[in-house]
Amino acid sequence: MDVLQLLLSGLANGCVYGLVALGFVLIYKATEAVNFAQGDFMMLGAFVMVGLVNPHFMGLNFWLAVPIALLIMGALGYLLDLAVLRFMFGQSQTAVVILTISLGFVIRFIAGVIWGHEPQSLHSPLALGDVRFGGVVLSLADIAVIVVTLLMTLALWQFFQRTKLGLAMQAASQNQMAAYYMGIPVKRVQGAVWALAGIVACVAGILYASKGAIDISSGFIGIKAFAAAVIGGFGSLPGALMGGIIVGVIEPFAARYLPTGYSQIAPYAILIFVLVFRPHGLFAQVRVKKV
Amino acid sequence: MRFHFKTSYDQDIRLFPDWWNFSLYLALLLLMLVLPWLIDGFYLGEVTNVLIWAVAGLGLMLLTGQTGQVSLGHSAFMALGCYSCVNFMELGLPFLAAFLLAGVVTGIIGAIIAIPALKLHGVYLAIFTLALAILADDLIVILEPWTGGVNGYFAPVIEIFGIEINRWAAPETWYYLALGTSVFVALLYRNLLRSPLGRAFAAVRDSEISAQAMGVDVARTKTMAFGLSCAFAGLGGALMGLFAGAFNNETFNFLIAIQLLMMIIIGGLGFIHGAFLGAIVIAFLPQFLSILTDNLGSASIPGLETGVFGMILIAFILFEPMGLYGRWLKMRTWLELFPFARRDMFRRQKTYLKTERLR
Amino acid sequence: MSLLELDGVTLKFGGVTAVNNLSMSVNEGEVFALVGPNGAGKSTVFNMISRFYRPVRGSIRFDGGDLLTHRAHEIANLGIARTFQNIELFERATVLENLLVGRHRHRRSTLPEQLFFTGRVRAEERAHRLAVEEVIDFLDLQVYRDKMIAGLPYGVRKVVELARALATKPRLLLLDEPASGLSVEETQDMRWWIDDIRRQMGITVLMVEHDMGLVSKVCDRVLALADGAKLAEGTPAEVQSHPAVIEAYLGTSAVSKTANAQGERI
Repeated sequence: MDVLQLLLSGLANGCVYGLVALGFVLIYKATEAVNFAQGDFMMLGAFVMVGLVNPHFMGLNFWLAVPIALLIMGALGYLLDLAVLRFMFGQSQTAVVILTISLGFVIRFIAGVIWGHEPQSLHSPLALGDVRFGGVVLSLADIAVIVVTLLMTLALWQFFQRTKLGLAMQAASQNQMAAYYMGIPVKRVQGAVWALAGIVACVAGILYASKGAIDISSGFIGIKAFAAAVIGGFGSLPGALMGGIIVGVIEPFAARYLPTGYSQIAPYAILIFVLVFRPHGLFAQVRVKKV
Repeated sequence: MRFHFKTSYDQDIRLFPDWWNFSLYLALLLLMLVLPWLIDGFYLGEVTNVLIWAVAGLGLMLLTGQTGQVSLGHSAFMALGCYSCVNFMELGLPFLAAFLLAGVVTGIIGAIIAIPALKLHGVYLAIFTLALAILADDLIVILEPWTGGVNGYFAPVIEIFGIEINRWAAPETWYYLALGTSVFVALLYRNLLRSPLGRAFAAVRDSEISAQAMGVDVARTKTMAFGLSCAFAGLGGALMGLFAGAFNNETFNFLIAIQLLMMIIIGGLGFIHGAFLGAIVIAFLPQFLSILTDNLGSASIPGLETGVFGMILIAFILFEPMGLYGRWLKMRTWLELFPFARRDMFRRQKTYLKTERLR
Repeated sequence: MSLLELDGVTLKFGGVTAVNNLSMSVNEGEVFALVGPNGAGKSTVFNMISRFYRPVRGSIRFDGGDLLTHRAHEIANLGIARTFQNIELFERATVLENLLVGRHRHRRSTLPEQLFFTGRVRAEERAHRLAVEEVIDFLDLQVYRDKMIAGLPYGVRKVVELARALATKPRLLLLDEPASGLSVEETQDMRWWIDDIRRQMGITVLMVEHDMGLVSKVCDRVLALADGAKLAEGTPAEVQSHPAVIEAYLGTSAVSKTANAQGERI
């Protein structure tokens, strides 16, 4: 039972990592850039929700606030692309990495100014109530996280496989110039994907905030989500979810069975291991550059 | 407008191409030497800080600017340099020996760590090194006997040839130590740039495939770049920790590595001058901001520094990817050519992204 | 005497056979051309000689030694230099620095010597510079010596790549489409240069080229490839008039029509 409990709570945590990792993969798939600010997007999404729902801010109804928050974060993602990332069109991956790291700094600063530096908890209906299966206790939030994450991954995966926009996004990333000539509005597609990433981050944020308190450095779980995305192979949506679950499950077990100090290392040790031995993740394919 | 006529191959091989250039740098060095008599102890400490950041920055510059390998994990190597220096001193080595040995040891360990990372490119390398930096933070806590863990270390007394280097009693001693190190490292850096290895670095950065075809062993070259880069970063880290007086795992947090990377980008990637200019920005920005907020009469805003730093960086990447030094070069060319400079002369070439991945 | 010898070389990418049982031999001092339609496997042959790809079968011998035992960066040391189809220069370096990288295989100084720039490094640098200046004179690149590659026009880049390969002082020079994208005058220059490289410097040249005008003027022997296999081999005139070659280029029906219309170009 003990093991099962660890497994399930790890699963719930892992799904949050997976959700953030989905954001990375989404942007990577469509623009070949890596958004190091995705974790901070999530933090911002959570705080937007806090701002809408919590009584000493706006005090809206939770279910009313969800679509508003999603809309705000989606718009924000689109505007960021419009105002900043569009100018990076065609620049090196590394430049985008550094740009998004700086974006993360700025987002953290702005969030700190608006919502303060104290940890806050979201007044979420998901935070109330536990569900028991035999000896295993799961909070409502944990269950919500798992369900929503699975649905989200499935939806996004189908989106990329089936819809015209999804295919256009993939084409745009593989050869911007050729995609442009084929009549794909590369820039608008890129804007759409950033908006989508904002929405995914907001979902992750709401769920994360339902599970516990958040503060402005909550965005650093983005680093664990990175580990998740890399383990899953950066180009793959289901891979990101799998990676997230692997990282999430390993954490509680490492904390339980390894001496203190060593347990925090576990996700990063795995990350390094994967990078060295399966550099492109457990579920992805890569080919060498053709001369 | 100054013309530069070449009459001998040595003009390209020498440290300074001509007398004018040489005298400029000589004047700068003289100014730096008499600086302790010109400014007070507080600002001397700040300049010392700039020089220390510049040493670590030169280390990262060698890797990122010269060889094109991005590292978000140099804080790990700064920590390694610092802790090994202190441990060598505990073993009874004199400071100077311990200091240089720490650089060498950090370099060797850095090169060894680089070997599994050789195949990683771009973002993957960035993530790998970021993971290293976070691991280092935890390792410092675990390796408590050598590092003092969370409680940290108090810097031992430093003596060079019987002169005590003391930040509080004699700030100029620390200043000269930092100045000496930065000039030393910059000199080694410059020597590398004009010798085959430096060119091999640039070759690996610009095209691994043709570097190989020209006989450059890409793996070996990258390992060397990592090693040298880590050695310099180790020296910088040792100075940084000792200058702070007390240090623990937080002193070498992974955010330091990120700041270091941002610093060299603001300064100008690929230029020695860039490391120094970037260090000036990073060291004086907090001062500048606190003076600004004081004058505006507002309370200090937590996180303002990093926020402003992020905004500056975004502005640089968008508008001046070549950094401060690149801007200066453009301004100088414009002045030299005046009034013949054309507007489009410095326009960036448009590039389009092509994937290197299958799906 | 044959300098480079390919024997039964086969390379597959997944299920596609890029090069199929190819045998050829390039003699010391000759200019040898590989021709064939796009995708025939010409550049793939080059990439196998450069050791970027490993053939699944067959052997490649250079000057009597087995080339396949060497790694990609060791090939230059043996005396094989090459250019690339889609110019691979070091963009953020000057022309001079690019050419000096070509001298990489001639360096003898060690890392500590370079760090402290000892007398030996200085002497070597002078020697490298002298060698590079000879190439610069030969290819008329003086004007561009201190220019960044990033700002140079296409034609000049092509020449710089040739110069960089020559700076390695090779015995065998591989030119991957030296005249593609060049103007008529530039192609003329390229022709004289290839002639001089062979005559004055005594370097053996193996090239891939589509411009049959150039090929027939500078090459001693030509090998035509299609779908990774050898179609014909011989003097330029022989290969050009070979029915299998014409068929590969123009399709079966065209053979009769062009039988008496074989001009300079296929």
